[in-house]
Amino acid sequence: MGTNKKIVVLSGKGGTGKTLVSVNLAAADFDSYYLDCDVEEPNGHLYFKPQILEEKNVSVLIPNVNNDLCIGCKKCVNFCQFNALAFGKKVILFKEICHSCGGCALVCPAHAITEIEKTVGIVNIGISENVKTVGGIMNTGEASGIPIIKNILEYIKDKSGNVYIDCPPGSACIVMESIKDADYCILVAEPTIFGAHNLEMVYELVKLFNKPCGVVLNKCTEGLNPSEEFCKENNIEILVQIPYDAELGELNSNGKIAVRENYKNNELFYSLLNKVKEVIK
Amino acid sequence: MKQLLILSGKGGTGKTTIAGAFIKLHDAKAYADCDVDAPNLHLITRHKDMPTKKDYYGLPKAYIDANLCMGCGLCQQSCRFGAISYKDIYFVNINACEGCGVCEYICPAHAVSLKETPAGELFLYKNESVFSTAKLKMGSGTSGKLVAEVKKQLIENAKEVDLAIIDGSPGIGCPVIASLSGVDMSLIVAEPSVSGISDMERIIKTARFFGTKIAVCINKYDINFLNTEKIEAFCADNNISCVGRIPYDSAAVSAINRGESIVEIDCASGNAVKTVYGRVVEILQKEIVL
Repeated sequence: MGTNKKIVVLSGKGGTGKTLVSVNLAAADFDSYYLDCDVEEPNGHLYFKPQILEEKNVSVLIPNVNNDLCIGCKKCVNFCQFNALAFGKKVILFKEICHSCGGCALVCPAHAITEIEKTVGIVNIGISENVKTVGGIMNTGEASGIPIIKNILEYIKDKSGNVYIDCPPGSACIVMESIKDADYCILVAEPTIFGAHNLEMVYELVKLFNKPCGVVLNKCTEGLNPSEEFCKENNIEILVQIPYDAELGELNSNGKIAVRENYKNNELFYSLLNKVKEVIK
Repeated sequence: MKQLLILSGKGGTGKTTIAGAFIKLHDAKAYADCDVDAPNLHLITRHKDMPTKKDYYGLPKAYIDANLCMGCGLCQQSCRFGAISYKDIYFVNINACEGCGVCEYICPAHAVSLKETPAGELFLYKNESVFSTAKLKMGSGTSGKLVAEVKKQLIENAKEVDLAIIDGSPGIGCPVIASLSGVDMSLIVAEPSVSGISDMERIIKTARFFGTKIAVCINKYDINFLNTEKIEAFCADNNISCVGRIPYDSAAVSAINRGESIVEIDCASGNAVKTVYGRVVEILQKEIVL
């Protein structure tokens, strides 16, 4: 086992700045890993532009029916909880909704079903200056990126160093997969009632797993910040407040990493990094 | 009923804000929030009445009866989801369990059964308008199935309505696919960043699978003019209508925080959304004639 520390960056709501925060933290740290677990819409590679060292397909198992052996008993169709199988003149598979449980092959009395691999996406490992990147892309039209995320997380199991994990939005199973083994969680929130509402949800999730956490308030403007109020009411540490700033917005929209540029407010990211390192050491 | 779905691929580009504005402008009688992982539309639609609530059951989850279990471990070996652990006894981690039933089938001692487990709640607001929304329980899977329930609830309660406005979820996976079924037109809210462009291209690919009409609008276009032009060029190359540019507007932030829609106040973003709305309606109507 490696001795890595996993810092998971998440937010219930999309577009609050998870990638901004995780990319800049990884870039500001010495030797670090950046993991992009948003395999539906991965963006980290647009910033790091890593040199890809290794790329591999991720596949799942789906049933393959040998019609010469099939006796038409429909046991497989009846067993499938996901309704991925139907029976016309022969067994029909809807492979997009198959969960790869293997049940159909198990119940078939005629041994007519074997399992074959189906590619659902790729995982790639790359390097960008001081940062090793691990990311994945789910093929369009697929329902679940979880097999790809599992592959990404598997990769760092025996590695050492700080690992920054960029999560997908939401609080569903796909996010839980990323935070299960976290050493610290950073919640990124926007200064709107939408931001506060989704912050509350993801905070509940982090509490459920009993993970230490802190909040980054992003895109702060003058006036009311419902997310800040939520933190104060619930005694959640505010790690840093990043003001809305057209310069940062432009850097970010061009896929530039602020801490690798001469951005005027870079001390924000370094102070965040120091706080995080303090907690996980 | 025509269905207009608002999508973006990337999160936080302004789907809910634009959905809220469209609901106001159209005086919509039917709308839904399909972002069941992080629903927000109810925060700005201001329904006074309490909604009717309904428990949502996803797939059942496995349960091991420790009194019957003889500790053979076959269930753990057969589970593809790593949902069965052993610590003194074999037990199921319900967050990982997908309810496939393999463990129940394989158990020689009949110690495993599948039990119904609530995975979320459906809400229906029904007075002068019908609003269908839901909240998935934290950490639950099967969000696509709940999205399908949200849409079913909307359609059943608003059969006579001409147009339904549906707020989608980020990403391109199962909840998005579920929200796309039966949709006439997808409005994609793009952001002029390298991330926004990449995500827009992937959501367009996904939406095309379903043969819906597609239009794109660009939110916060003034963050990056060059990228805004790139999006417009991409749309032109791919024969997709680009229905307008909406500026970054701090007045939008304060309107949202007051629980107001941006078209209720006189602001730059609200006025731009009105133009976008006009063009979307035009495209939708054109489709009716065809």
